[in-house]
Amino acid sequence: MLILLSICFIAALSAPWVYRICPKYTGAKLVAAPLAMFVWLLKKLSDVMHGHPVEQQFSWVKSLGLELAFYLDGLSLLFSLLISGIGILIILYTQGYFKGHPQQGRFLMYIMAFMASMLGVVLADHLLLVFIFWELTSFTSYLLIGFNHESAAARNAALQAMLVTVLGGLFLLAGIILMAGAADTWRLSELIQRGDLLVAHKNYLPILILVCIGAFTKSAQFPFHFWLPNAMQAPTPASAYLHSSTMVKAGVYLLARLHPALGGTEEWGMILTTIGTATFLLGAIMALGQHVLKRLLAYTTVSALGAMIMLLGVGTAYTIKAMAAFVLAHAFYKAALFMIAGGITHETGGETSIDKLGGLRRAMPVSFACALLAGLSMGGFPPFFGFVAKETWLHALGDYPILIGATVIGGAAYVLVGLSTGWKPFAGKMPAELHAHEVPLSMRIGPVTLGLGCLVLAFFCGPIGHALVEPAASSIAGEHVHVHLHLWAGFNKYLVISFITLGLGLVCYLARSLFLKTAARLGVLARIGPEAVYQLIYASVLKFAGWQTRALQTGILRDYIRVTVLTAVALVGAAFYRAGGFQQWENLSPISLRIALVAVLMILAALATVHSKSRLQSILAMGVVGYSMAMLFTFFGAPDLAMTQLVIETLTVILMALAFYHLPAFRHSSSVRSRLFDGTIAIGVGVAVTLLVLAALHVQTPTPVSDYYLDHSYDMAHGRNVVNVILVDFRALDTLGEITVLAIAALGAFALLKLRSGKEEGAP
Amino acid sequence: MTSIILRTATRYMFPPLLVFSIYILLRGHHYPGGGFVGGLFAGSAFALYTLAFDVADARRLIRIDPRDITAAGLAAALLSGIPPLFTDHAFLTGTWWEVPLFSGATMDIGTPLIFDIGVYLVVFGVLLTLVFVLGEEE
Repeated sequence: MLILLSICFIAALSAPWVYRICPKYTGAKLVAAPLAMFVWLLKKLSDVMHGHPVEQQFSWVKSLGLELAFYLDGLSLLFSLLISGIGILIILYTQGYFKGHPQQGRFLMYIMAFMASMLGVVLADHLLLVFIFWELTSFTSYLLIGFNHESAAARNAALQAMLVTVLGGLFLLAGIILMAGAADTWRLSELIQRGDLLVAHKNYLPILILVCIGAFTKSAQFPFHFWLPNAMQAPTPASAYLHSSTMVKAGVYLLARLHPALGGTEEWGMILTTIGTATFLLGAIMALGQHVLKRLLAYTTVSALGAMIMLLGVGTAYTIKAMAAFVLAHAFYKAALFMIAGGITHETGGETSIDKLGGLRRAMPVSFACALLAGLSMGGFPPFFGFVAKETWLHALGDYPILIGATVIGGAAYVLVGLSTGWKPFAGKMPAELHAHEVPLSMRIGPVTLGLGCLVLAFFCGPIGHALVEPAASSIAGEHVHVHLHLWAGFNKYLVISFITLGLGLVCYLARSLFLKTAARLGVLARIGPEAVYQLIYASVLKFAGWQTRALQTGILRDYIRVTVLTAVALVGAAFYRAGGFQQWENLSPISLRIALVAVLMILAALATVHSKSRLQSILAMGVVGYSMAMLFTFFGAPDLAMTQLVIETLTVILMALAFYHLPAFRHSSSVRSRLFDGTIAIGVGVAVTLLVLAALHVQTPTPVSDYYLDHSYDMAHGRNVVNVILVDFRALDTLGEITVLAIAALGAFALLKLRSGKEEGAP
Repeated sequence: MTSIILRTATRYMFPPLLVFSIYILLRGHHYPGGGFVGGLFAGSAFALYTLAFDVADARRLIRIDPRDITAAGLAAALLSGIPPLFTDHAFLTGTWWEVPLFSGATMDIGTPLIFDIGVYLVVFGVLLTLVFVLGEEE
């Protein structure tokens, strides 16, 4: 699995180059990667069907117990088949959609990286690995949504999607860590067998809530649903992929995966069912008022995700079956409809509103056929797979009349949307100003496959249910579940309910103009919705950041130095205070005369530095301080330091002299008061550092580090000069860091002085 | 600033200073010295030259952009850490080879030397960058 996954990532990274070298049929070439994955998954189908999950693991960071562990059971298989299968179709579709687009390679890279990350999410077994892939999907979808980076709307939508999902990701991470701690394992496959342990754990509720927030943000559940319709700024292939089979279903997948571990409790049922149902209805109702093709589909996606969460929340074997079946049905019809919506917009020169479309059936017969198939499946008409899924769904909710009611309302909205997208643009008369033609072959493959799939799946729903839905439902339930899907389940009350839904939907479709008017009037509500809250928080954060930056970054060097040294003094002072003050007065060695003389010289030079009337004097006086320091080093037997200090001092004087050349005339610009203040700070720093050094001399470690260096300098590092050996061998990594900093500082100085605006770089 | 005395003195002092800087660099492993001080010496030689003549002259003398010297030094230091990886040691572990010299004598050459040369070049390059940039802003 690791190899196949790596191939997908490598294919993604190579996409731009493949496109540059031979732009023709790039998609068709790159499709090999997901195809390999798909074929491999199909090969494993029978193993998984018979209850033998595939496991693989490779050690990664052994010391942290991190493993690249993968696990393929029924649930992963259903999702990964959908991801790779629809991925294949989408990549082919992209080839046609972006034909001749200069950035096609970039788009292919994003979408394939996204696909690989998503496969990672559903295949990974290690919780942290799941999280890494999870964040990768957020990141790649940010790139996808913001693909048209020249449009401000696309950028904002991308940022919004990213912020919401990444925020959720952080909650998820906290949940994951708590969960791993409670169950004492990082492996999902073990975790789901320790459900009893988790449910009984004192952290159960926090874990559940954190994981739910993570999943809900990703899967666009109320109140985080708003990012998904906005994300329709993405190019259509991305929307089709993100919303039909993948990204948004990551949350559903995660909750389904964790159902055996966290599910089956009252809290689980309450949170998931409430939020799921609310989202289901909200999405369905908001879809009614839309007229833009992609937004119609987006709101029903929100709603469908809500339905999945709702079914998962109820958590009986029946509803789990229904959910697994619905995931399959939804992926097929939603991907097909999105692709057709993109095709329509693409071939009519950018028309997106269904009210301005019509009569396309002659111009685009193939698209029409597929759209009708998918649209009817979405509405839940027989004999499509959508109908089968909805039947199972209604059966499963038999004991929950409220949820049945919700389903009828939502289902009616699905009928409306299915017809609006599958029938409306193609029916009636074509507006005169509309010119359209059929989409190219590469854009037909996807819709045709999926559209026919809606029908084929329905007729073979028995074997499909057995091969795909049953293992998936078993994984979710945590025990074996028998699944028998029927196209015709006999005449019963659920069939009646189903037909009532269809009838209601048809009525709604005919009365669509009424909804549009109401929606226009309710537009005010948007101002108090969750999205408004998001905007408010976003704006406030920016405002706060601006204020903070202005407060902290004054741009005055003196302020920065003050803050830095005062912090240091405060920390040292606090440490001394806690240690009960400085206690080594009696341990100090006597001061010899020559040292005292040098010290007096240094103090005088320091005073001269502060009091001099010109800069040159100051620099020279400071040089005296430095040279005296070098003298002290030689007294104490540190020739290396003394030598370095001497050269450094010389160079400092030269550099300062050069730098001061550019400064305005010297004058005392600060008041006496501020000079006194600065003087106090300076003395404070001096005292603190002196005490610190004296105290450090008396710190007792069991074996001083210096002994080790002295002992091993020659036999291990072939050098007699310990100072140098420490620098270039024992602590070479530190030195490497230091010289890097040095180089960066030089570049910074260069940039500051040379590359000021309006000034060309000097001689190279 | 043109001073005949300084210029003449610089002409005589410049080559010994550079040679001395390399001497300091090489002796560093056993006696006081090393790449850092060596680099400083070399840098101050050029700083002196810059003061006595001017930046353009100094640039002509060295020919290479000091930023390239810095980069080369960083690269040398970084590369010196690679060889131990092949013998399953940590990055930057000192690795030594015995190089045979004339008449049976041998000499130990190790990655720390390359690392020290890297330090030398970085310090030298950084100093020159600063001196040139500040000196040119006239």
